[in-house]
Amino acid sequence: MLRFLLRRFALIIPTFVGVTLLSFVLIHLVPGDPIEARMGEHSIAPERLAELRHQFGYDQPLWRQFLRYEGEVFRGDLGQSVVTRETVWHEFVTLFPATLELSVCAMTFAILIGVPMGVAAAVRRGTATDYSLMGTAVTGASMPIFWWGLMMILVFSVSLGWTPVSGRISDTFYVEPWSGFMLIDCHFSDDAGACRSAVSHLILPTIVLGTIPLATIARITRSSMLDVLHEDYIRTAQAKGLAAIRVVVVHALRNALIPVVTVLGLQVGALMGGAILTETIFSWPGVGHWLIDSIQRRDYPVLQGGTLLIAVLVIGVNLGVDVLYGVLNPRIRR
Amino acid sequence: MSAASIAQPSRAALFWRSFAENRGAVAGLVVMGILIVLAVLADVLALHSPIEQFRTHFLSPPVWEEGGSWAFPLGTDDVGRDILSRLIHGARLSLVIGFSVVTLSLTVGTVLGLTAAFAGGVVDVAIMRIMDIILVFPSLLLAIVIVAIMGPGMFNAMLAVAIVTLPGYTRLSRASAMSELARDYVTATRAAGASTRRLMFDTVLPNCLAPLIVQASLGFSAAILDAAALGFLGLGAQAPTPEWGTMLAGALQYYQRAWWVLAFPGFAILFTVLAFNLFGDGLRDALDPKLKR
Repeated sequence: MLRFLLRRFALIIPTFVGVTLLSFVLIHLVPGDPIEARMGEHSIAPERLAELRHQFGYDQPLWRQFLRYEGEVFRGDLGQSVVTRETVWHEFVTLFPATLELSVCAMTFAILIGVPMGVAAAVRRGTATDYSLMGTAVTGASMPIFWWGLMMILVFSVSLGWTPVSGRISDTFYVEPWSGFMLIDCHFSDDAGACRSAVSHLILPTIVLGTIPLATIARITRSSMLDVLHEDYIRTAQAKGLAAIRVVVVHALRNALIPVVTVLGLQVGALMGGAILTETIFSWPGVGHWLIDSIQRRDYPVLQGGTLLIAVLVIGVNLGVDVLYGVLNPRIRR
Repeated sequence: MSAASIAQPSRAALFWRSFAENRGAVAGLVVMGILIVLAVLADVLALHSPIEQFRTHFLSPPVWEEGGSWAFPLGTDDVGRDILSRLIHGARLSLVIGFSVVTLSLTVGTVLGLTAAFAGGVVDVAIMRIMDIILVFPSLLLAIVIVAIMGPGMFNAMLAVAIVTLPGYTRLSRASAMSELARDYVTATRAAGASTRRLMFDTVLPNCLAPLIVQASLGFSAAILDAAALGFLGLGAQAPTPEWGTMLAGALQYYQRAWWVLAFPGFAILFTVLAFNLFGDGLRDALDPKLKR
């Protein structure tokens, strides 16, 4: 077990170096150098430009610049935003709880609806129930979620007035941000109105971000259930005269969920992509919204550092899923 | 009775029979057909030019709403362009985007995958590590970063989407080539003196095609969806190009007053992506007998 863990950790190092190399190369493909990009339309004296280049090390050979960058990244220094002058790390840590809260809600929504959908479709395979559930799932998987979000705003916020259009909480409430998770913070603020406001702000973004994972989970649960329902132990359970619902939920679903859990871990990247679109539509003050803003402001250190942090997050989650899988399934430890 | 009279159905007929059982897949194929007709005949079918601005008809509603007219069946946008004509021309763009992205990443991915499988050793490790690194980045985020750096535009958006979808084809073609390489017919061909290139493209590749075709048809919908998302974020095709995602971006300021500028381009994206997904699912089930029960 220890050897398996060590090998998994060792494999991360080249991936991590590769990821930093890619993010370094991408930023250096920006026409001109970051100093020029930062100056934009403003004119600057050539001597001053050379001085700044020297100060930030852009006159050094590329490989030396990369080594320096790598050293900074390993020390946790991702540079600072050219717009706010805050460190990239500080901005990320401040905004990430909003993204995490939205993602957790979306995943919970996707699991709570997607798993029963998949189970129902598998149990009633080939019936109208199966076709309509799977038709819904493939439609969800094909959804341009940026449009889906705007349509929901149009119907539920603009026409019906049920939910707010954007943000995390109404301006009329102030909640002490000690955890960064609005649902937790407003719970401790003892203000029922603030809680209601926070929940109502979460509903539409949760549904929008959860739509594609929901469709994926429903489809995988169905096919995994179909595999399991053919197994001998299911026939045995049925032959023992157990209630059908018990066979499905206790015997079949428990085993069918293993592939579903694996796929859930691999959804993290797709979820972050979805978060960028969802946060943009709902003006959700999270990491995705921050990255899109950084593009419009030509804030390249933020774009570079933020992208790198998200990639590290994905590496971490993939490692976690691998290790968990190794613990659950000794055969793959090799 | 001669053996020939017991006619075996051809492989194509067998394939069609199992494909046609799947009604969703056939519906997808029909929608794809309609889209191709629209794309080819866009200049004839569209009532107006997609970029002509009718100054007297700003935000005019669809024909069935009060104030709508048959001149603009699905209404007009904020500068008086006919939405239906823009959608029809947008079909052409979406198909071009899907086709170019898939062709590019399928070709490059297959060559890389086969090279990795045949060369083995350092080359294999190097290629697959690079693919792993691309996969670590959320694909939409990486595409956004690439376009943000190369500059917005439809060509750069297509290139970015092709790059982020590359690992899928590379891994798939490498995996299928590896399992084919162990078979006797490959050893026999090699023993007969076939060159490596011949072995790669003439002997092994045709036997790896089924999963690649399925991946390509599903990749078509992913490409259209990602390119539309880039267009929506202002990083893809630029106005006044009638790309569907770009049309949605243009609708952001006034969709709360004029629902039709938002609704129709989105439905166009949804139905197109859905059609390709249904078709791809049907293709997979028909090509892969193991999945059938």
